[in-house]
Amino acid sequence: MSGLEVTTGWYLTLGAMLFLIGGTGLLVRRNPLIMLMCVELMLNGVNLSFIAFADRFGDVHGHTVVLFVLVVAAAEVVVGLGLVVAVLRASPRATADDLSALKG
Amino acid sequence: MVEVVVFAVAGAACLVGAVGVVLSRNPVHAALMLVMTLFGIAVLFVALQAHFIAAVQVIVYAGAIVVLFLFVIMLLGVDRAAELSMGALPAQRWTAAAFGLGGAAVLVWLVAAVDRIFKGTRSYELERAGIVGAEADAAATGYLADVNALARSLFSDYVYAFELTSLLLIVAVIGTVILARRSYGADGRRASQHGADGRRASRHGAENAPEPQETRQ
Repeated sequence: MSGLEVTTGWYLTLGAMLFLIGGTGLLVRRNPLIMLMCVELMLNGVNLSFIAFADRFGDVHGHTVVLFVLVVAAAEVVVGLGLVVAVLRASPRATADDLSALKG
Repeated sequence: MVEVVVFAVAGAACLVGAVGVVLSRNPVHAALMLVMTLFGIAVLFVALQAHFIAAVQVIVYAGAIVVLFLFVIMLLGVDRAAELSMGALPAQRWTAAAFGLGGAAVLVWLVAAVDRIFKGTRSYELERAGIVGAEADAAATGYLADVNALARSLFSDYVYAFELTSLLLIVAVIGTVILARRSYGADGRRASQHGADGRRASRHGAENAPEPQETRQ
């Protein structure tokens, strides 16, 4: 155990930082495309934590959960980009604020 | 030592990419920064013995999702529209500050405490369980080396969730087709031509119109 060793905590910290950056970006940005990318950042931070725990405890279930997260993220991006296309086609300079018009 | 270097390089790429996504004004740059983050995470997955997940990460995220993002950016022409950073709403600003500071506090706690709670790596865990020597090497490197274990858990424990994801994907595809389709109206061709022309003209005008009140930070 001598010297520097990459521990599980390093990965968890990096995952938390990614989640944090993504969440802050989601809150401060108003371009719907960038907001979707920030959601991806948050999901990836969580995925990294899952894999770190899976490696740590030698348990394959973390990998399975990450696969499901990938699938759900893909579906989320597809629907989100469809919404963005529909909204931006109607008004090319729409921001997230303009989505309040969807309340009807 | 190699692991430390790999972690440092990949982690730095992840963080730089993440900050770049949040800060870049051009959506195309943001998408490319996202690719950098995703590749960094894929490298870390390899370092964590998750080879299959790393491959899926590159194929699905970098290969499909980011391409989808870029496609939409190019399709809509919002890369030239640059950014809409007209200053955040006050409530938004406060929420973001609270989230950022609270998260940073948690992060500090994590850095301080995590090595105490989750001490060491997998080899440490094995050592504590009394598995040492060649046996520990095999257990540490070979436990997930194949996708058999993953497939077994996916198609046994999680088989219902797996089937549900197929339903989810079908619903997502149909929903997107309905959302992104241009509505041509019920009476077919005449309405569609007229509608398309009008829409194209209006969008053309909007793109070329000067934007005097476009403020950038």
